[in-house]
Amino acid sequence: MPARRIIPCLDVKDGRVVKGVQFRDHRDVGDIVENATRYSAEGADELVFYDITASPEGRSVDTAWIERVSRVIDIPFAVAGGIRDLATAEAVLEAGADKVSVNSPALARPELIDELAAAFGAQCVVIGVDSMREEGGYRVWRNTGDPERSDEAGRLTLDWLREATRRGAGEVVLNCMRKDGVRDGYDCEHLQEVVAAVTVPVIASGGAGAPRHFREAFEHGASGALAATVFHDRLIAIPDLKQDLLANGIEVRP
Amino acid sequence: MTLAIVDLDYGNIASIRHAFARLGVDAEVTADADALRAADRVVLPGVGAAGHAMARLRERDLADTIRALECPALGICLGMQLLFERTDENDIECLGLIPGRVRALQPAATRPIPHMGWSALSLPDPAAGLAAGDYVYFAHSFACPDGEATVARADYGEPIPAALRQGNWWAAQFHPERSGAAGARYLQAFLEWQP
Repeated sequence: MPARRIIPCLDVKDGRVVKGVQFRDHRDVGDIVENATRYSAEGADELVFYDITASPEGRSVDTAWIERVSRVIDIPFAVAGGIRDLATAEAVLEAGADKVSVNSPALARPELIDELAAAFGAQCVVIGVDSMREEGGYRVWRNTGDPERSDEAGRLTLDWLREATRRGAGEVVLNCMRKDGVRDGYDCEHLQEVVAAVTVPVIASGGAGAPRHFREAFEHGASGALAATVFHDRLIAIPDLKQDLLANGIEVRP
Repeated sequence: MTLAIVDLDYGNIASIRHAFARLGVDAEVTADADALRAADRVVLPGVGAAGHAMARLRERDLADTIRALECPALGICLGMQLLFERTDENDIECLGLIPGRVRALQPAATRPIPHMGWSALSLPDPAAGLAAGDYVYFAHSFACPDGEATVARADYGEPIPAALRQGNWWAAQFHPERSGAAGARYLQAFLEWQP
């Protein structure tokens, strides 16, 4: 595997970076470009921007800030939120994003994944999934950016991810919803079964609170680990985290 | 200096343009054959699928122009793969400037495909700003044959040509525009290169 990736996740709402707890009560954590620059300078390996208002409100992601981010950082970044057709994905990539990540729109119309992969290649298409443990296994939720509209999508997480990667998604971001913003560790059991179910890289999301949580995610097969709260609140500094991982024998980019 | 980026419609053209802008060079994105022939440097980009990219080049009658370029030229990612004769991706014929066939990487238990992320160079290319131990960013499912043109290499279950040189061409499988300081050094070395 390449060096394991540390990926700060920036939720974007109305042009600002925000953070909620279990997808609710979002508070402002600053300017998009300032945050991107800070994380890039601190050694983040990649960034993910979720326009959390785009999907539930039925509108597409605004591309002006994507171009501003692309001009200043020299690490890759993905954009998610409201990408429901080729034209929107093309606009996002043309603004300078390296990957597009689709979630609710792909659940509504799975062929979207095939279309994106055919046009841009699998390495450009990320499938994001919000997964929640329920009776009978983990199930997929949709429109999670808006608590009023979010509901269960009627699919088992493993089935959906097998289908999505067969259709051409080149990476999975697995977000375990009950873990979001809670900081008691990634759901490694679920992570491990997803890693075993697909052949593409899997990024763990939801629950990071301490350096050992990142270590556990990597030991359970994650190619990258995504976190927001611990980085936004400066509870973990990325250089310290990488030092800790290296000391524990996990390859990271120095 | 005039720097032209071949306009394939789809692809990571903006991120490459922005990377050169950080080095003080304003690139022109163009599909005009005369503009490409007149440029001091040409970049053949590529995020995208090989089939789409070659179809674009043929539609715009650019394949011959690119083959005939004499100025220093740089292929990035898919742009590197297109320099070879054929690719497994969509099983199509490419530009044929370098012999060999681009092949699909095969997944293994600890090697998901695409090969996505930062890998260290096992064979560095100091002349191109790439030092031993540098990590650069890859995002690809297909790999070029490892041959005489290879000047930098990474490993992913098999040797992965990370950079090559052939005649007036440089090419990188990794993304120098998104590879931090090492990537910036590589692009700067390309701008300064005098064949």
